[in-house]
Amino acid sequence: MIKMTKYSMYTKMIWNALLRRRSRMLIALLAVAIGATVVSGLVTIYYDVPRQMGREFRSYGANLLLTPAGDQQVMAQNLVANATALLPSDKLIGIAPYLYDRIKLNEQPFLVAGTHFQAVKKVSPYWQIRGEWPADQSEDIVIGAEVAERLEIEPGQQVTLAAAGSETEKKVKVAGILRTGGSEENFIFLDLSLLQQMLKKEGVISIAQVSITANEAELNTLTQQIGEQVPGVAPRLVKQVTQSEQTVLGKLQALVYLVTIVVLLLTLICVATTMMAVVTERRKEIGLKKALGAENRSIILEFLGEGLALGALGGLLGTILGFFFAQAVSVNVFGRMISFQPLIALLALVVSIAVTGLACLIPVKIATEVEPAIVLRGE
Amino acid sequence: MSLLELHDVSMVYGSVKALQGIDLTVEKGEWLALMGPSGSGKTTLMNIIGCMDKASTGSIVLDGVDFTDVTAGNLTMLRRDKIGLVFQQFHLIPYLTAVENLMVAQYYHSMPDEQEALLALERVGLKERARHLPSQLSGGEQQRVCIARALINYPMLILADEPTGNLDEANAKIVLEFFQQLHREGHTIIMVTHDPKVAELAERCIVLEHGRIANWKDRRVVCREEEVS
Ligand SMILES: Nc1ncnc2c1ncn2[C@@H]1O[C@H](COP(=O)(O)OP(=O)(O)OP(=O)(O)O)[C@@H](O)[C@H]1O
Ligand SMILES: [Mg+2]
Repeated sequence: MIKMTKYSMYTKMIWNALLRRRSRMLIALLAVAIGATVVSGLVTIYYDVPRQMGREFRSYGANLLLTPAGDQQVMAQNLVANATALLPSDKLIGIAPYLYDRIKLNEQPFLVAGTHFQAVKKVSPYWQIRGEWPADQSEDIVIGAEVAERLEIEPGQQVTLAAAGSETEKKVKVAGILRTGGSEENFIFLDLSLLQQMLKKEGVISIAQVSITANEAELNTLTQQIGEQVPGVAPRLVKQVTQSEQTVLGKLQALVYLVTIVVLLLTLICVATTMMAVVTERRKEIGLKKALGAENRSIILEFLGEGLALGALGGLLGTILGFFFAQAVSVNVFGRMISFQPLIALLALVVSIAVTGLACLIPVKIATEVEPAIVLRGE
Repeated sequence: MSLLELHDVSMVYGSVKALQGIDLTVEKGEWLALMGPSGSGKTTLMNIIGCMDKASTGSIVLDGVDFTDVTAGNLTMLRRDKIGLVFQQFHLIPYLTAVENLMVAQYYHSMPDEQEALLALERVGLKERARHLPSQLSGGEQQRVCIARALINYPMLILADEPTGNLDEANAKIVLEFFQQLHREGHTIIMVTHDPKVAELAERCIVLEHGRIANWKDRRVVCREEEVS
């Protein structure tokens, strides 16, 4: 003969109360699940946004400039190498050196910049090239959209370059035409060493643009270090971007924080209301259980059990949905996948259970106040 | 020693005197019927005897335990151990099957025992319906489950408040046959009823009116509401 333990009867009662009264419990379950979805989703985004936004802001260009110290126009390339050696390599996104000057293209004078195209791609990801980026080490060039318009040049066309005051001409191919919406559209871009060679300015550059993922404090420290340890190089922060970056991030996180709290409160109210209705609806049942000899402790355990099971179930459901919710947001807004965070999932589950537990407190209190005498009275 | 002794029991709800100076003795194995017009205090008396309410004044001794001054917790224990309840509205838990409803009573009393619960259902002729929910049972069947539940923990005293009030004649007959059998087996029964024919089955009948015992008739004497009014 199998004797049922008290514990298994307890779980049986709770399961059946949840499963055989589905319609009522479904509402509470949904409330918890939606709450958990939003919370786990938002918390995931909350922790992912700074990371994502940090990279995102970096695509708006360099946040650190290395310029010649004093009133020098140019500086030695190896000085820049010394300076960048001080930067943490894991945070460095790219360094693009530039040498600015003038040059004749098809016999007309234009501004020219020599650079490393591969580095530019990283530092200025917003550059839009019609045609192609020049291949590495090639002599192909990129011209700004303004220049291209004035000379009616299309990608793939051959043009003639000549340094001012020099008779040597060079025939090169225009690989692409650049659009940035900024002053870059008035420039001609070619490989740094090619320009240095043509202008006979080997080994020098005008400026280096650095893109690095670092917050304001870190950037300040780095600037100071470079200024002290590499004479001849004056590092400068591109301040506006860094500051607005911090502000936007701070506001976003505050918003997420606020929404999370509001959602938790709403979940709490919804679950509390549902549990209250459940207790009212089941007054007779509670009275009966007491008439059968149930102590308040048993009644509390049963309703808390139902509430917590609801919280766990809804929390689990919401955590899973929340991950997909955060994933959808991340893919659509940032274009990146996020990885599953077990800690956040656990947090969402614990928070769901805690919120349902809290929501059950008043209803449970009311349940304990039900008198057994009501079962005989035909109320 | 009598099973139940009430001395000068009164119950007051605010200004309503639901019971006044009730003296009552019930012997072991006796079947007592309780009659009286609506609002006369029958249910109030059942609640006091069933340890579900405390009387305002007076002394009550059940099975040698004086529970005039017991705490609410002790009242719960007394009720659990000594009382079996049968209701007009059955009060089965709607999301539990017949056998589970019996096991709930065992659960609060001591230990759930499915075999014993099934046996109890067999006794009331409902072995085949053990796995049905109350909504799948007829009124008569639900009342039989309720009786089986009242008996499952071997109570000293069975209290039934209009057990046939919600049943048709055929089902009422079946249910009353169970009570007769319980009586023959030596159970002590107190039953509220409006039906004189039901009261006739009891050995003794008391009639309440305005919270007082207005009339009482002993064994096999027909006890009619008309007589007192
Ligand atoms: N909880 C309560 N609060 C206030 N008054 C109450 C309460 N319970 C019962 N009463 C009053 O006590 C009196 C007796 O009620 P009781 O329920 O015992 O009557 P009854 O004889 O069972 O009637 P019925 O035949 O209609 O069931 C009634 O006047 C009723 O209004
Ligand atoms: Mg009544």
